Amino acid sequence: MRAMQIPLAELPVDQQATIVRFSNGLAETNRLVSLGFTPGAEIDMAQNYGRGPLIVTVRGARVALGRREANKIMVERRAEK
Amino acid sequence: MSAGHAASSTATPLLVVREKMPLIALAGQPNVGKSTLFNLLTGLNQHVGNWPGKTVERREGSFNFDDHQFGLVDLPGTYSLTANSPEEVIAREFILRERPDIVVAVVNAASLERSLYLVAELVTLPAPVIVALNMMDVAEHEGIHVESEVLEAALGIPVVPMSATRSTGAHELLGIICKTLDGDLPNAPRQPEIRADHLALLKETSRIIAGHVPDPYPCEWVALKLLEGDAEITHLMQGTLPEEKRQAVKNLLRQHDDALLAVASGRYEWIERMVRAAVARPKKGQVSWTNQIDTWATHPIGGLLILAGILGSVFWLTFTVGSPLQNWLDTRVVGGLSNWLGQLLAGYPFWLKGLIVDGVLGGAGAVITFLPIMVIFFAAFGLLEDTGYMARAAYVMDNLMHMMGLHGKSFLPLFLGFGCNVPAIMGTRVIDSKPARLLTILIAPLVPCTARMAVVAFLAPAFFGPKALLVSWSLVLLSMITLVISGVALNKIIFKGQRSAFIMEMPLYHLPNLRTIGLLVWQRSLSFVKKAGTNILAMAVAVWILSMLPHGDFGSSYLVQFGKWVAPVGRWMGLDWRLTVALITSFPAKENAIATMGVLFGSSPNGGLAQTLTATYSSASALSFLVVTMLFIPCMATVAAIRQETNSWGWTLLSIALFLAISIAAGSVVYHLALLLRL
Repeated sequence: MRAMQIPLAELPVDQQATIVRFSNGLAETNRLVSLGFTPGAEIDMAQNYGRGPLIVTVRGARVALGRREANKIMVERRAEK
Repeated sequence: MSAGHAASSTATPLLVVREKMPLIALAGQPNVGKSTLFNLLTGLNQHVGNWPGKTVERREGSFNFDDHQFGLVDLPGTYSLTANSPEEVIAREFILRERPDIVVAVVNAASLERSLYLVAELVTLPAPVIVALNMMDVAEHEGIHVESEVLEAALGIPVVPMSATRSTGAHELLGIICKTLDGDLPNAPRQPEIRADHLALLKETSRIIAGHVPDPYPCEWVALKLLEGDAEITHLMQGTLPEEKRQAVKNLLRQHDDALLAVASGRYEWIERMVRAAVARPKKGQVSWTNQIDTWATHPIGGLLILAGILGSVFWLTFTVGSPLQNWLDTRVVGGLSNWLGQLLAGYPFWLKGLIVDGVLGGAGAVITFLPIMVIFFAAFGLLEDTGYMARAAYVMDNLMHMMGLHGKSFLPLFLGFGCNVPAIMGTRVIDSKPARLLTILIAPLVPCTARMAVVAFLAPAFFGPKALLVSWSLVLLSMITLVISGVALNKIIFKGQRSAFIMEMPLYHLPNLRTIGLLVWQRSLSFVKKAGTNILAMAVAVWILSMLPHGDFGSSYLVQFGKWVAPVGRWMGLDWRLTVALITSFPAKENAIATMGVLFGSSPNGGLAQTLTATYSSASALSFLVVTMLFIPCMATVAAIRQETNSWGWTLLSIALFLAISIAAGSVVYHLALLLRL
């Protein structure tokens, strides 16, 4: 199994990944961390139709993100077998 | 933008009436049931106002327990205490400056990890913290089990399980508050620590700033906020640190640009230690209630259909219940009252009767008759918010709102505008970014409200007969197109195309609490009626006086003179001085336009006015008048709301100028187009 990094926006529905880093800028990062997004946190994609906003579960809470915001969050997921 | 508001907010001292009773502050993240708990404790013993110099709602009240009276302040709901918006600054400044005797931190048992983040910040401030573990019922429903005693032992501060919507646990909470005040309960919270690799950085920063931190800020807390890049505290310390130390801090922080993440990770590590033993989660694969509903409610197409259905029902309710009630109030109550007063004042000078019946009652009455529609909209809005659906509506509308540089959250206040623009402007409080909120306030009056539609409903059938419905729909469509164009243009010109980030919690669905909704409707309606009783009334009287001076006759009054003076502008739009005057008098209330025409033509709206008007004006003039009515300066209740919510005369005057320009331009174009097409 090999680890691969992708933007959160490209994580398919029902897949899990771990946050690696942000490039969202200070103010946006501040809002993200207060909602549970930190490097190392587990993320579960609850809804992602490939366009428009998406919904993830992080630290047991559901959060909606704009696609632009989600594109700046890099996550790592285990490659499928 | 954060540096902009940073400068202004620390200066204002926060005032609280404190009459020797213990002061309790309620803190918590949004969607943890904080307002419900506040309402449960205070009932109607509460006062709603604004925080000094802010447009953030401030609620305070009092309650009795055990023969003692307690003061309670509801701090704004915030996810953290870092200055992202005025709310966080208000919450932390209150705790630091007003020193409440106890801070009750309300947390959501169903999303405990996330809601403990605020607690991790609160325990570092100098006030005892008690945790109200709320929404135990919602957590159980989602299959999450929380052992409050285990959590209490881990945290080192009291934890009280409760469910504010079911009124359970409040008595126990009050008992714990009393014991803590008496010093009978230990309150020694375990403190979160910064991630180990940044401990040295924190110590170094604290050492440099020591001795330069102004009261009432704790030194280590300020150091943490500097590491987090808090705009407000950074600005504060730039003002107090001597030059070489300022440079030292700057260099130190530049080498550690991930310090914010180290602080936040430290808090989450602390949270994980706290909840590890206390929480039992459902097995993976178990689909929760919220998940099931969201499959449909947030579907890109299904979600829009559900939203359309819900909004359609609100409209249906407005027209089947609200409109008849409004009519009844207008003809029976206000009409009856004005007849009765007219007879009563028959023997007095004509101006006294005119002032009271036409000025006071005419102005206030017009506003009061809108109350039924407002109540329906307030209640619907409150219900959607309390169940958690509101976030879903914002989510599915996000794509469409993007065109204007707004995001989904702006949609619901705009929708409220169809009932009345006043709740729409007040409803923009749900939007967390300041530019997005201002933009929404600026474009909200372009949503055609029921009063404007009433003018259309009177004039369109008279002039366009069978095509009246088509004309009405076209007018609504024109308003919406103007709204989108103005939104896109304003965003480009004033806000330089910046778009606020769409990051929004999707709360778990739960059953609505009727008490919370009822209080919300009551408070919002009361504040509206108060406004109708003061500035709107004053304006109505002023307009009436202008319509009577100097000779006590409308036809030669200042108002009419003014109308004749601006009539050349009216002519571009095909309006003569009478229609121009009608337009000006629509400022106190939109439906006044019809009443003014009645006075000017000497015939009442229910007898012959429509015929007189069709005989006097061309269809082109009528169409132009309708277009201008739709896009004109909003009524004075709305202008008052814009002033109140923007807290600025500059934005208010800009919005008036904007609508004046838009309506004159659109009126002229439509008039000439209609002439060309020989309508």
